[in-house]
Amino acid sequence: MSIGRRTAAVGATLAASAMLVTACSSDGDPDTTPTSGGSAEAASGTIELRVATFPPGADEAAYEAFATQEAQFEEANPDIDVIGVEYEWTGPTFAVQLAGGSLPDVFTVPFTDSKTLLENGQLMDVTAEVDALGYSDRFNPIILDGVTDADGNIFGFPRQAYAMGLHYNRDLFEAAGLDPDNPPATWDEVREAAKAIADTTGKAGYSQMAINNTGGWQLTAQTVSRGGRTQVDNGDGTYTSSISNAGTKATLEFLHDVKWEDNAFGAKVDLDWGTINQEFAAGNLGMFTSGSDVYTALVRDFGMDPDQYGLTVMPLEGDDPGTLGGGDIAVVSPTVDESTKAAAVKWIDWYYMQKLMNEDAAKADAQALADSGQAVGTPVLPVLSRELYDESQQWIAEFVNVPQEQMTPFTENIWDQTPVGEPKGKTQEIYALLDPVVQAVLTDESADIDALLTQADQDAQALLDQ
Amino acid sequence: MTTTQAPAATARRRRTPRTWVKNGGLTALAFALPMILIFTVFSWGPIVRSVVMSFQKTNLLQPAEFVGFDNFIAVLNDPLLGTAVLNTLYFAALALVMGFPIPILMAVLMSEVRRGKGIYSALAYLPVVVPPVVAVLLWKVFYDASPNGVLNTVLGWVGIGPQPWLQSQAQAMPSLVIEATWAAAGGSIIIYLAALLAVPPELYDAAEVDGASIWRKAWHVTLPQLRGVIFVMLILQILATAQIFLEPFLFTGGGPVNSTTTVLLLIYRYAFQNSLGGNYGMATALSVMLAIFLALLSWIYFRLTARWSTS
Repeated sequence: MSIGRRTAAVGATLAASAMLVTACSSDGDPDTTPTSGGSAEAASGTIELRVATFPPGADEAAYEAFATQEAQFEEANPDIDVIGVEYEWTGPTFAVQLAGGSLPDVFTVPFTDSKTLLENGQLMDVTAEVDALGYSDRFNPIILDGVTDADGNIFGFPRQAYAMGLHYNRDLFEAAGLDPDNPPATWDEVREAAKAIADTTGKAGYSQMAINNTGGWQLTAQTVSRGGRTQVDNGDGTYTSSISNAGTKATLEFLHDVKWEDNAFGAKVDLDWGTINQEFAAGNLGMFTSGSDVYTALVRDFGMDPDQYGLTVMPLEGDDPGTLGGGDIAVVSPTVDESTKAAAVKWIDWYYMQKLMNEDAAKADAQALADSGQAVGTPVLPVLSRELYDESQQWIAEFVNVPQEQMTPFTENIWDQTPVGEPKGKTQEIYALLDPVVQAVLTDESADIDALLTQADQDAQALLDQ
Repeated sequence: MTTTQAPAATARRRRTPRTWVKNGGLTALAFALPMILIFTVFSWGPIVRSVVMSFQKTNLLQPAEFVGFDNFIAVLNDPLLGTAVLNTLYFAALALVMGFPIPILMAVLMSEVRRGKGIYSALAYLPVVVPPVVAVLLWKVFYDASPNGVLNTVLGWVGIGPQPWLQSQAQAMPSLVIEATWAAAGGSIIIYLAALLAVPPELYDAAEVDGASIWRKAWHVTLPQLRGVIFVMLILQILATAQIFLEPFLFTGGGPVNSTTTVLLLIYRYAFQNSLGGNYGMATALSVMLAIFLALLSWIYFRLTARWSTS
């Protein structure tokens, strides 16, 4: 081989290596990649704003409705170019996506995690923007507390709240000889209905989430509905675990009896939020508990037939029972620059907030959703005042397309229930710790519930003391 | 100019940077450069970063804080570590019992087949071609615990009642091993089949002349000839099962009641499950401990088997 040809080969290889290095490094440079969380100003002077849209699996109509709203917003704000990004809140990947710059600039997080996120510095401070828009005094104070740090700084816009509800399949109720317009009002009635459904149809009468922290979440919700609390806030930044209480014990005994005595739980004890929705939407499950706003996902993402759907309030019993609340918050990525932050706040105000308080915005939003066959009128709780919420329901009444008459057992009774917030100390860690407790009861007929609770209490307290 | 030189003269000459360049060192380096870069960026870099992170407390956003051996101590004090180690050993033992002899047996049987050998090889290898996630989701359907689930229906035909499979603390791990064996056996079979081709046919001819049955030929000729490959495959399997993650993650998430929580799944949980900041320090600390353990195990294994191995 001559030197000349060898030099050419070496040169070509080095050039290829240089290109490889360039290819590897260009994505990591925020100044050249507007979408990765740095400066988002495009050459034309418009700001590219990446906003969360829907979870994977959402139907095309949802995107059509979003495109309509996107066009409306861009017409009103020609300097902002909105880019919709498929998004689903998942705790496991959040921190890595944030660090890697692959999160949208605007996204939503659940109340459950907001405190931890803001304490970790993972949310953008929007105190000045919330004040400037005049929202500081209008939010429900209990809800606003979830996005406020110890110094009073606000890190997001609460945009939707829900209360826990009991979802049921009307077809399975009818098949089991039960009246779907008169759903169970006590936990004993839930058990009886579950047994009737299982005996008659062979389907699961009642089921409950048990994995990926949702087991602990639902155990907590049902504890609250039986008058128990899994944690005491000492008011000085410390918390005391109270998992070993009568409400939690009654909940576990209920699960044990449905599973082992009535044989009405079904075979699957490894369901989480997504898979229990899937089972319910497919008509394999009679009843389950989850947030009152899950109807939208059931129909949009899981293809449920609306005629089968029924919703009622959580049965309450014991002293001081309540209904566990939740919801989500629209937040801004902490890595964006000032101009993108301003655009992000504009979008949040326009897309999430205005429809809650402005008649024209509420109607435009409802119309866009209704025109593309998306759910309008799913029962939620007010993040602002109850009066404003009731008024907004009047504004959009003509666009409501969800079977609200099938949800009246919930909408007529929810206001009589006391809303209770989720435990604040190490929320997700303690939910994760309670998952195996629920699983133990569902997989071991002779599980020692008292021993499980005592151990979980000790483990939770150890976490809270860290 | 040409580079033709007498080899004997080159060997005698002292190696200097100049001779290295003259002998084409630069060309070799240039060709190796892309691979070196890829390894540095995607393998060695993350490995070094992980070791550093195991001594830090970080949420990847705020500045990392050096915490000494705190992460290692926290991992060793975690009650779940013992469970995860025992579960991993259980998986490894089950995988060894189920998954190790089957491919050898299948390969020996297939090597004896006179016609249609290719079809059997293709059928055996087919599960390896199926993407692992797809395979797990497929088996999840098979493992449906309801009486009309696929496997339960089959069991029903022979009068066995429905089994809970993944929904049971006792059956979840064996269920995982069955799928893992199914998924991995094809690759091992192909390797054993290739090794069997290298066995001199004269040995079989001699055995046949002596009147050896198929089993005696397998025991006295085939297995001893495969010894080297078997040792390598065994250590590879031990290393793979010690790092089992996909099956427990996708099938059960470590449940029910942590009965399938393995060491690697525990690492994942430290880093991601309770994340919102993630305990990356504990995750990398356990990763470092596992890597050291496996490196030691491999070294001991090769020391012990060196004198038995033919390779």
